[in-house]
Amino acid sequence: MPEPLLSIQNVVAGYGPIEALKGVSLNVRGGEIVTLIGANGAGKSSTLMCVSGLLRARKGTVHFDGADITGFKPHTIVEEGLAQVPEGRKIFPRLTVLENLELGAYLRRDKQAIKTDLEKMYHLFPILGERRKQLGGTLSGGEQQMLAIGRALMSRPKMLLMDEPSMGVAPILTAKIFATIRDLNREGMTILLVEQNAHLALKIAHRGYVIETGSIVLEDKAESLLNDPRVKEAYLGDDD
Amino acid sequence: MTNTEVFLQQMIIGLSNGMIIALIALGYTMVYGIIELINFAHGDLFMLGCFLALTILGALGIDAAYDPNSVSLAVLPLFIAVPAFCAIVNWSVDRFAYRPLRSAPRLAPLVSAIGVSFIFLNLGLFWGGLPMDVFNGGVAAAAPKDFPALVSRTNLLGESSNIIVRWNEVLVAMVTVPMMVGLSLIVRFTRIGKAMRAVAQNQTAARLMGIDVDRVIGATFLIGGALAGFASIVWASYNETIYFQMGFRVGMDAFTAAVLGGIGSLPGAVLGGVVIGIVRAMSEGYIAAEWTNVVVFTILVVVLTFRPSGLLGTPTREKV
Repeated sequence: MPEPLLSIQNVVAGYGPIEALKGVSLNVRGGEIVTLIGANGAGKSSTLMCVSGLLRARKGTVHFDGADITGFKPHTIVEEGLAQVPEGRKIFPRLTVLENLELGAYLRRDKQAIKTDLEKMYHLFPILGERRKQLGGTLSGGEQQMLAIGRALMSRPKMLLMDEPSMGVAPILTAKIFATIRDLNREGMTILLVEQNAHLALKIAHRGYVIETGSIVLEDKAESLLNDPRVKEAYLGDDD
Repeated sequence: MTNTEVFLQQMIIGLSNGMIIALIALGYTMVYGIIELINFAHGDLFMLGCFLALTILGALGIDAAYDPNSVSLAVLPLFIAVPAFCAIVNWSVDRFAYRPLRSAPRLAPLVSAIGVSFIFLNLGLFWGGLPMDVFNGGVAAAAPKDFPALVSRTNLLGESSNIIVRWNEVLVAMVTVPMMVGLSLIVRFTRIGKAMRAVAQNQTAARLMGIDVDRVIGATFLIGGALAGFASIVWASYNETIYFQMGFRVGMDAFTAAVLGGIGSLPGAVLGGVVIGIVRAMSEGYIAAEWTNVVVFTILVVVLTFRPSGLLGTPTREKV
C-alpha cells in the first residue's frame, strides 16, 4: 500500500469553547477522489480549514506529501502544493476574472507557464475566457464556482480540496462542474471533496467518509456507501 | 487685487494644501481598506516626520532665515530620511500595536490606535523641547517652530503680479502628483498591489492563494507611512511652521478627506483631499478662518447624508 498523499490523524479543532472536530482521521492516496459527506455543521468544512491551516488543530497531525504540515501558515501550505476551492467560492468580487486567475498563481514566478495555464483554464471553462475582463462579482453562482476551481488550479497544486462545489449552483452547471472534477482526476489530480449532495459526490468518488458531529462514523468504497442502508436513509433520500 | 485674483490665489493655496492632505488621506484610506481600522496615529506620524525634517535641517546648519535661489539641495537627504523614518515607524506600530489584536474585536485596535496617537503626540512635545538652532525661539516645547522654506520665495509670475506662485507650489506638485500616480500604478499592476487588493476584498481567500496576509498588511503600513513622510516635508516647507499638535489638526483634515471621498477608495482620498483643501482656502479667503472648520464639517455632514459611503466609495460592502 503506498503512503497516502494526505493523512489526517486524530485532529481535534474548534472555535472557542465549541469543538467542531473531535478526533478526525482520514487518508487520501495519490490519484484518488475521496469525498467527505455529512450534514450541515458536522465538521466537513472545519476539516478542510484545518488542512489548509485556516483553523488551528488543537490535537492531532496533518501530513502532506511526506511532510508534517500541522500548524503551518496557510500560505506555506499552498506552497507545499495543496490548494483549496473554498466554501461559498470566495472569489474576489471587484477583481476581473483574469486577475482572479492570476492571483491563483501568486506564488509562481514562471510567467510563460502561467500564460499557458491561463489558456488551459479558458479551454476548461470557455465562459471564463469570454468574461476575462468582467468583474468576478458579476458572474453567476456556477460561473463563480468555475472561476474558483480555475483559480485554485492556477497554483499547479498536487492536490485539490473542494468545499461544496454544488452549493448555490444551477443543476445544469453542477453536472458540468462534477464532470470537470472527474476529468481533472482522470488527468491525475488528487481530490478531497466535501459535499452535502452525497449522491453526486459518491458517484464520482473512489472512497468516502461519513462525518457526524465532529467524528468519522463510516468509511468505505464509494459504491458501497451508495448502497449502504444507513447512508441511504440519512444522506441520499428516497430515489434522489 | 481684483476679485478674480483673490479667487485664483485662494484656489492655488487650496489646491496645494489639498494635494498634501490627499497624500496623508491615502495613508488612512489604505489601512482602512485593508484591515478596516481607522489609524488615528497616522496624523501624529506625519507630525513626527515634520520634526525629523526640522532636526535634519538643523544638523545641516540651515536656519529659518535660509533663502535658497531655487530648489535647495537640502531637500535630498530629507526626501530619503523622512519617508524612510515614517515608513519604518508606521510598520512597527502595526507589528507591535495592531497585529497582536488582529483577531480581537474591532474596538480593541481602534483604542490601541488612539493610544499610539497620544504616545506620538508626547514624543512630538518632547522633541519640540530639544534646544536646537532651527527651533526659532525654541526652548518652549509646545511653541510653534519656524520651518525654513526649502525653495525660493520669489514669485514665479514676476514681482509685479498680484497672484503669487512660488517654487513651493511647484515643489508640492512635483512631490504629490508622482506619488499618487506611482501609488495607483503599484496597486494596479504590481504583485504586492494585487495582493493588497485581494486581502482587502477577502482575507480568507487571499490566504488560500498563498498570500502572506501579515506581510501584505505590513507593506501597506510601510507605503502609507512613506507617503506621510513625503507629505510632512512638503507641508512644512509650504506652511513654514510646525507644532506638536499639528498631527491632530492636519490629520483630522486628512481623515475627513478620506471619509468624504469614500474611505477605502484611493481616488476618493485624492478627491476628498483636494476638495477639503480648496474649501478651507475659500473659507479663509471669503468667510473667516474661525469658521473654516464649521464649513468643512458642514460639507462633510451634507455629503454623507446623501452619499453615506462618500463621493467615490463603494456602497456598503458586506463581509461574509
